[in-house]
Amino acid sequence: MTKLVDLPPREHLLPGNRACAGCALGIGLRSILKALEGKTIMTVPASCLTVLGGMYPISSVTVPWLNVAFPGAAAAGAGLAAGLRATGRAGELTVLAMAGDGGTADIGLQGLSGAAERNDDFIYVCYDNEGYMNTGIQRSGTTPYGAVTTTSPAGEKRPMQLRKDMVKIMAAHGIPYAATAAIAYPLDLVRKVRKAVAIDGPTYIHILSPCWTGWGFSEALSVKISKLAVQTGMWILYEVEDGATRPTVKITQRKPVEEYLKAQSRFSKLTKADVERIQQFVDNRCKEFGM
Amino acid sequence: MSDALTVVMTGNEAAATAARLARVQVIAAYPITPQSPVVETLSKWVEDGELEAEMVRVESEHSALTVCIAAASVGARVFTATSANGLAYMNEQIWWAAGARVPVVMACANRAMAAPWNVLNDQQDSMSVRDAGWIQLYCKDNQEILDTTLQAFRLAESLHLPVLVCYDGFLLSHTVMPVEIPSEAAVDELLPRGQPLQVLDPLDPRNVGPVTLADPRPDPGGVLCHGYMELRALHHRALASALTAIPEVDNAFGRVLGRTFGGLSYGHLLEDAEVVLVAAGSLSLELGAVAESLRGEGIRAGVLGLRAYRPFPRDEVRTALRRRQLCLVFDKAMSYGHEGPICSDVRGALGGVPGAPVVYGAVAGLGGRDVTPGQLADTVRRAVADVRAGVRDRPEEWVNLRL
Repeated sequence: MTKLVDLPPREHLLPGNRACAGCALGIGLRSILKALEGKTIMTVPASCLTVLGGMYPISSVTVPWLNVAFPGAAAAGAGLAAGLRATGRAGELTVLAMAGDGGTADIGLQGLSGAAERNDDFIYVCYDNEGYMNTGIQRSGTTPYGAVTTTSPAGEKRPMQLRKDMVKIMAAHGIPYAATAAIAYPLDLVRKVRKAVAIDGPTYIHILSPCWTGWGFSEALSVKISKLAVQTGMWILYEVEDGATRPTVKITQRKPVEEYLKAQSRFSKLTKADVERIQQFVDNRCKEFGM
Repeated sequence: MSDALTVVMTGNEAAATAARLARVQVIAAYPITPQSPVVETLSKWVEDGELEAEMVRVESEHSALTVCIAAASVGARVFTATSANGLAYMNEQIWWAAGARVPVVMACANRAMAAPWNVLNDQQDSMSVRDAGWIQLYCKDNQEILDTTLQAFRLAESLHLPVLVCYDGFLLSHTVMPVEIPSEAAVDELLPRGQPLQVLDPLDPRNVGPVTLADPRPDPGGVLCHGYMELRALHHRALASALTAIPEVDNAFGRVLGRTFGGLSYGHLLEDAEVVLVAAGSLSLELGAVAESLRGEGIRAGVLGLRAYRPFPRDEVRTALRRRQLCLVFDKAMSYGHEGPICSDVRGALGGVPGAPVVYGAVAGLGGRDVTPGQLADTVRRAVADVRAGVRDRPEEWVNLRL
C-alpha cells in the first residue's frame, strides 16, 4: 500500500471532538486507529488526548478507551494485555497505550521502563507536543533546547538543555521495535503501527505532534510545521527493529533549521548563537542516520 | 467440610492461599516487607502450575495497582498485596480503583509509615486511605485472613468495589497458626464469577473514566446522565450497602465452611460489660484476654472488635456501646493533630445517642512497640479510675510511651 486513498475508509475518530481546531494529535490518532482497524482497546493517561476523547457521556472514538492516572499508561497497557490473555481474548485485540510527552518521558517513564523490560505485549504511542500543553504549556522533558514555555519563560534563567531522546531510551531496553513518526507522514505512521501490531512484545512509536497554541504558529499550519520538522532534520523519521536502526523517510535536501525555528514564536528568543548550536546538533544527528 | 485440610501457616500464606483458591487470573506484585511472602508464594504457585494466572512483576506499587485496575477492566479477577509506603505510593490509584468501581482485592500487611523507617506493625498505612472508597476489613487471626480474603472477592464483584483486607504485619503476617483450607469445590461454589459493571470490548465500545462534569449532562440521544457528584453519591451508597452485604457474605460462607467472623464486628464478654474496649485487628484478640483478667478484679470489661472499618458500622457501634459506663478505643494509628481515627469515628457514631458512654482514646503499638496485656490492663484501670472520678473527656493515652 502506498496511497492515502487505500487506507481503510472507516473512521474510528469521530468529527466534532474536543481537540483544538487544527490539532495535530487528532490527525495522528485518526491514522493510528485506521491502521488498527478498530480492533483495539486503548488506554490513556491525563493528557490532551483525555480531552479529545470526550466528556462523559460523550465519546469521540468508536473503540473502547480506559482512562488512567497520569503515570499509569504503560502499566495499564500491561494490565489490559495480561487481562486479555487471562480471559482468552489476547489474539483478537491489540492493546494501545497512548500518552503525551509528560506522561511518557517524565511522570510515566518508570512504568514504561518496567513494561518494556517485562516484554509486555502492547503498543505504546507517545504523541509529543514537547510540553504540558493541556495544563497550559509548561516545560516537559522533551521541550526542545531554548523553547519558551510558561515555566521556562523568556529570560536568562530558562533552561537551555537538550530534550530526552525517548526512542533511544526505549531501544536501549532491547524491545523488538521502536520508531519515530510525524503526523504529516501518515503512510509512514500507518506502516509503523501495522508493523507494531504484528510484533509480539512491547513496541514504541514516538510521534511529533505540533501544538499551535503551545508552539506559536497559526492553526492552519500543523501539517506544514510537522513537515518542516522532518525537512530540516529537527525530527528524523526512523525505526529500530531488533536493534537495527534505519531511517524510513530520507531527506536529501535538508532545509536550514532556522526555517523551522522562525515559524514558531516559542523560539523567538533564541540568539543567533543558539540557532547555530541547534543547527550543529541537527547536523551531527543527521550524520548518524546517513543524511 | 469433609475435604478441608488444616495446615499450620502464616498470615501471608493464608492471604496467598485465598488468592489461589479464588483462582485469580492476574496478579501484579511488588515486594515490600512484611507483605513480600504473599507475592513470593503466589509466584511459586504460578511457576509450579498450581495456579494458572498472569504474574506481572511490576516496577512499583503504583504500577501494581494500575495493572490490577486495567486487567479488571477487561473482566479478569485480580489480586495484589502491599504494606505501608507501598500503599502510600499507590495512593493515586487507590482512589482510581474506587472511583472506577473495579473489583480489586488487595491484602495489606499493616506496617508503620516512614519517616523514620520502620518495618514493624501499626495500622497507620490502611487508616490513611480510609476515605478513598474501598471496603476495609481487619482480621484478627490467620483463619480470618484466609476466609476474609475469599469473602472479599464476593463483596468486590457483587458491589463493584475494591476491598482492602488488612492484617497486622509480623504479628499475623509472619506468625504461624493452624488454618483450615477449604476445598476448591467449596470455594468455587462460594465464588462464582461476578459480572463487572463494564468490560472493555470493541463490540460495545465505552470510554471509561473520562472527564465528568459537575452537573448531569445529556448523551447524544438526549438522555440525561450523571454528573461527578451523582457518581460519587452512587459510590457512597454502594459502600453503605456493604453494611448489609458484609454480614450476608460472612453468613453465606459460614453455611458452607462452618465458621463466621461476626460480620461487621464481633463482641467478647459484651453482654454485661460496663467498660467496652474497642480495637481492630489482632489487638482486639489481646484485649479479650485483658477483659477476662480485669473481670477478676471487679472491672466488668468486654471487647468490641471492628471487622469492617469502611463502611463504618455505625449502628452496630451505637447498639453495642449504648448504656455502658466507658468506651476505651485503642488505635494503632493517629490522625496527627487530632486523635486516633477509630476513636473519632466511635465518638461520631455516639453523638446524640441517649445513654452514650464516656469515650476515651488510647494509642498503642506504633512502629511495632510491643503491647503487653499488663500494659493494656493498666491503661484500662487508669481510664476506669478517671471515669469514676467524673472525668468526661481527656487526651488520649499513649500506651507504654517513654518520653
